[in-house]
Amino acid sequence: MEIEKIDDNIYEVPVGYRPGMRVPGRIFVSAALREMVEPGTVDQVANVATLPGIVGHSMAMPDAHLGYGFPIGGVAAFREQGGIISPGGVGFDINCGVRLLRSDLEADAVQPLINTLLDALFQAVPSGLGSTGRLHATDQQLTESFLRGAEWAVGEGYGVEADLDFCEENGSMPGADPSQVGVKARKRGRPQLGTLGSGNHFLEIQRVEEIYNPEIAKRFGLFKGQITVMIHCGSRGAGHQICTDHLDVLSKAVRKYNIDIPDKQLACAPLGTPEADHYFGAMVCAANYAWANRHIIAHWTREVFDRYFPGSQLQLLYDVAHNVAKIEEHRVEGKKERLYVHRKGATRAFGPSRTEIPAAYEGLGQPVLIPGSMGTASYVLCGQDKALDLTFGSACHGSGRVMSRSQALRQFTGKEVKAALNRDGIAVRSTSPGMLAEEAPQVYKPSGDVVDVVHNLGIATRVARLVPLGVSKG
Amino acid sequence: MMIPFEYLEHTADVKFRAYGTTPDQMLSNAAAALFGAMISPGQVKVEESWQVELEAEDLEDLAYQWLSEIVFLFETESAVFSRFQVALEEIEDGKGWKLWAEIGGERMDPERHSFLAEVKAVTRHKFAIKKNERWCIQVVLDV
Repeated sequence: MEIEKIDDNIYEVPVGYRPGMRVPGRIFVSAALREMVEPGTVDQVANVATLPGIVGHSMAMPDAHLGYGFPIGGVAAFREQGGIISPGGVGFDINCGVRLLRSDLEADAVQPLINTLLDALFQAVPSGLGSTGRLHATDQQLTESFLRGAEWAVGEGYGVEADLDFCEENGSMPGADPSQVGVKARKRGRPQLGTLGSGNHFLEIQRVEEIYNPEIAKRFGLFKGQITVMIHCGSRGAGHQICTDHLDVLSKAVRKYNIDIPDKQLACAPLGTPEADHYFGAMVCAANYAWANRHIIAHWTREVFDRYFPGSQLQLLYDVAHNVAKIEEHRVEGKKERLYVHRKGATRAFGPSRTEIPAAYEGLGQPVLIPGSMGTASYVLCGQDKALDLTFGSACHGSGRVMSRSQALRQFTGKEVKAALNRDGIAVRSTSPGMLAEEAPQVYKPSGDVVDVVHNLGIATRVARLVPLGVSKG
Repeated sequence: MMIPFEYLEHTADVKFRAYGTTPDQMLSNAAAALFGAMISPGQVKVEESWQVELEAEDLEDLAYQWLSEIVFLFETESAVFSRFQVALEEIEDGKGWKLWAEIGGERMDPERHSFLAEVKAVTRHKFAIKKNERWCIQVVLDV
């Protein structure tokens, strides 16, 4: 069976594309981006469509690429009755996400100090492989971070109460069950609280280059030439280990409950069973840990800015999760229903009709943050109600890879990538220069193309484009 | 001569196949492939050793636990590894498998160790063990 174009930017994977599909798949891409979607990614969309209790469509956002279990950019919702929960729809880096801070500073004032600032941030925020924090959290603090996330961090003096309004879930998702977090996950997570990590995670100083929607930009507090700071990281070793441990349990649950899965990474359990409850409780712990982590990093970032620009007000514009499963209410066939929405490499994009958006953005929709790859533009969009009909209120989370890491390592060296970024006026700091090669800008799809699809579909509307001035990588 | 392992193309992550004339050798080679994705073994001196003991219901679960254990040790011991020796034993009546391993390596030194990637976790995506003329394991790593 063939994939069928059913509308501009919408392609359907019909039931029957592979055996056992319960619903069709939908891939939201332009004709040009369609060419870049590998057959393996389509197979993964089809695989997800076979899972019990799936509602509507198995979806892939415009940045879709080959993942494990769900594709990266995958979204699927499951009924509370008869549905499942799967770590394959969340990933190992639970609540990997993006936070955007806006300043009242103009780029012209900051540019001459960019290297000094970047050095100070690189110092202040521990990063790199297996990096451990300056926080030295106790066991009790770790448990509190699992239970209360960013709210706990505020209580410890990181950030302020008002920040919480500007985090998805207010930075603290209900349902955490620390008793389901194993010793190994605690051992990895405790020293890493307050660290950026490595890989594609980064801390970036940016300049607002273009405003697309002046009205919304004004409400979001954005203006042309403004300095912003973007933080991209997640739940570190805590999340990775929680996923690893529960994957083991859920692999056995699949046999116990007799669920036919086409990919072992789609291991899952029926909602309402102990295995499902345990995974959900542990996953929420990791999600809260990640919000605490970004809160702490944001606090240290503010301290650095305050040192060089006293009184500079770095305000939290928003913080989104892009690897998470959440209980949300959606309209299905005209009726409201509670669903377990899995977003793996996908961002929530709620429009103005939802009560979950911050009061300050009432009538607008939530900010949707789409980071670029290293050296390319990032985007701020605003969620629209149409997303609720099309994608259970979801949009893409980045630009999506097109080149494998091994190919990147053959084509570029870290040194060359750094030199090229410097030529473009982008300062870079990294603990592992060798790793810059695999994150070279050329290995990703053009971020503007991906954002155009989201905008043209009416999922989220373009608000601003941000370009990097300095990047700190792990 | 048999190659110990090979990396296959994967857009976002690292995929490899490791081989062995015995399952023990296959799992030693798989560990070398996993760690080789992070750092060239030539950069790692063998100064210390770590012991691992695991048990699982089947060989596939055991292999998954073994590779995940290496990621866990890397982070919690802040150590890099280059030598992996695995011994397996099938528990009587097919009730499962036991693994003993000795891992050789040294503590991480950011001045000297240059990393190629960070392996976040071992996935179960397309995770498979096959035995034809030789043993083969296929693994996709989340990096």
